[in-house]
Amino acid sequence: MITELGHFSLILALGLSLVLTLLPAWGVQTGNITLMQCGDSIAKGLFFFLLLAFLSLCYAFVVDDFSVNYVASNSNSALPPYYKISAVWGAHEGSFLLWTLVLGGWTFAVTLFSRDLSVDMRARVLSILGFLAFGFTLFSLLTSNPFERSLPVFPGEGNDLNPLLQDFGLIVHPPMLYIGYVGFAVPFALAIATLWSGRLDMAWARWSRPWTNVAWAFLTVGITLGSWWAYYELGWGGWWFWDAVENASFMPWLVGTALIHSLASTEKRAVFKTWTVLLAISAFALSLLGGFLVRSGVLTSVHAFAQDPQRGMYILIFLIIVVGGSLALYAVRAQGIKSNTTFSWSSREAMILVNNLLLVVATAVVLLGTLYPLAYEAVSGGKKLSVGPPYFNAVFVPVMVVLFVFMALSQRSRWKDTTLDVLLKRQGFYVIGSMGTAALLMFTLATFKSYVLLISTIAFWIFANLLENVLQRFKRRRWEWGSMFAQPLSYYGMLLGHLGMVVMMIGICCTVYYSVERDLRMAPGDELELAGYQFKFVEIRQINGPNFISDQAEISVTRNGQDVISLFPEKRLYSARGSVMTEADIDPGLFRDLYVALGEPLTQSAWGVRIQIKPFVRWIWIGGLLSALGGILAVGDKRYRRSRRKDSSNFLKI
Amino acid sequence: MKPHRRRKLYFLLFLLLSSGGAIALTLMALTENINLFYSPAEIVSGVAPVNKRIRAGGMVLEDSIFRSESDLEVRFIVTDLQGSEFTIFYTGILPDLFREGQGVVARGALNEDGDFLAEEVLAKHDENYMPPEVMDVIDQAHGDLQK
Repeated sequence: MITELGHFSLILALGLSLVLTLLPAWGVQTGNITLMQCGDSIAKGLFFFLLLAFLSLCYAFVVDDFSVNYVASNSNSALPPYYKISAVWGAHEGSFLLWTLVLGGWTFAVTLFSRDLSVDMRARVLSILGFLAFGFTLFSLLTSNPFERSLPVFPGEGNDLNPLLQDFGLIVHPPMLYIGYVGFAVPFALAIATLWSGRLDMAWARWSRPWTNVAWAFLTVGITLGSWWAYYELGWGGWWFWDAVENASFMPWLVGTALIHSLASTEKRAVFKTWTVLLAISAFALSLLGGFLVRSGVLTSVHAFAQDPQRGMYILIFLIIVVGGSLALYAVRAQGIKSNTTFSWSSREAMILVNNLLLVVATAVVLLGTLYPLAYEAVSGGKKLSVGPPYFNAVFVPVMVVLFVFMALSQRSRWKDTTLDVLLKRQGFYVIGSMGTAALLMFTLATFKSYVLLISTIAFWIFANLLENVLQRFKRRRWEWGSMFAQPLSYYGMLLGHLGMVVMMIGICCTVYYSVERDLRMAPGDELELAGYQFKFVEIRQINGPNFISDQAEISVTRNGQDVISLFPEKRLYSARGSVMTEADIDPGLFRDLYVALGEPLTQSAWGVRIQIKPFVRWIWIGGLLSALGGILAVGDKRYRRSRRKDSSNFLKI
Repeated sequence: MKPHRRRKLYFLLFLLLSSGGAIALTLMALTENINLFYSPAEIVSGVAPVNKRIRAGGMVLEDSIFRSESDLEVRFIVTDLQGSEFTIFYTGILPDLFREGQGVVARGALNEDGDFLAEEVLAKHDENYMPPEVMDVIDQAHGDLQK
């Protein structure tokens, strides 16, 4: 009954999204203010019915209604309650419903937080978001309906959730990621609305900035959580694989990062107007492309879920309509728009231009590596190949290194003009100081590696420039403590965003170059010495979980005769699916992780064991979270609310 | 040529050369790091190159897994179920979903004896999921037989 209510709600949502697409747009074309204003309530209704549909599906999971196909294939009565909820988005149909719900949520947020947009712009934005919701809801209903039942005969027990997904990481990773992915729909809708109205000015950039920041921050958190989850749950301690689906989320992130910077220059200096619009379109287009890659099964990926060409075809057509339409509109409207602003080659505008170019090049590199197997398969008549991580490392990393050099250099740059003297003053000193610090740390704490020296020098150099930036402000305020807390929030956001990158760089280079790893055969009583730690395989025993049985090993770790910790890695057998899962055990630390995972049993008592020591690996995720926090902080800036009110006076003329 | 024109020309030349160079380097990196997939039939018939990094796969033959007594070395036979098969040697921990009768894809190189030395063995997350390459291998071998 509740399931039918959910199904019906989804159908109603489809109707409402169609109405939301048409009515406000009709109002804009005919100048009918009532029609334009009705978008608000339709958007709220749309969100309500999507939420109702989603909650109905949650209910079906909670009460173990196995007559619903989707529940039967992804849940089980023995599944712990919190995993029953997260199982809702554990497979294709439900996760797409979540995706659609998130779009509904963003549309709802637009009705709440953009009261300062002029009536016609609001109508346009809502109409575009309505069209996207229509496309997603239709997709859900036509090709991946989670509410389908198998009646009158249905299984008495569910097939269980994929054990890999029975984990805290899965509860939070997809919602965060989707909020980010789909969030780029708002700057996209704003950009299209601006093109549609023909008023391509600085105001749209100011409206877009907070929305872009929030979407970007969530995407950052989502990717970071995904990386962390892969690290501990996939069992083998990798934190990034250049997997097609990872790339699918990474490309919108790269373009989103470029967009955040370019929006700043468009808002402040009215430069790169059309370029920024193009970035906003691209960020969302890449989000859609990501959806296509993940859900069509065209690519070999560890995230292989939903291998259905029909779904792929639908998304591809939707992608072509949305992107093709946007680019056509762009081609017509962006002509003849010029900015009369000038800036010098060492100004902040130029720095942002470099940032944008490098990020776009980086995106192109990732895109090429991700789509090349597809293109090759099409051209060669079905021969398959894969592009290995060495390609991405060889091309992507150097681009990033150049980007980070400019990140250090750009901290001092000002709008319009910065003389080279100002820009380069003391920088040589900073570089040498950073290199000295990096080398000193490396010689005292670890072994010399030239790449680590390079990356950590740049990291310290950026840090020095950030610190100088803070101190200069402090100095200008005559060293008053209070002044440090009276800066605009967006300033702290900027510092934190860049600081996060510094932390991440250190994490990445230390993890990549100083990790030690050993795969070996161990039986009870065996010992291994690795990087100063002694690992002793104490015993192996069987334990029972709620829906699995497990072989659990005890491995005690000592250092210089002192106990560090006992680790309990497991090999689990999930009974419902009969699938085997590695559950690694980790001793996390700010400066190093001890990571132990069980391979397979080799004889009665001997097991394959992987032991790893991963220095600074947490810094990668801490850095990501710091950057995301920076993005959120910047949104809290009073400036947006105040200045938006000021601008809106110019925009009420319809 | 006027000085500002010349400057512009140099700038354009610089832009062209540097972007051309970048594209060439990228494509070089790409072609060096692609791993082509070969089926058991292609490996048996000698189509697959020797001592070059490739990917290969098929179904793990029943009762073909042999482990070393002392370390993590393992070998097993991969088949397309239609008579073409070859042996994969690997040292390390096999993935959770690796088992007899299941699809598997390995990355590594063939040696002169026609044995495949794997650096990495992949099986997928989902036990119902068949790597598309392996699916093709089975379909093709099956189709050839029917002809």
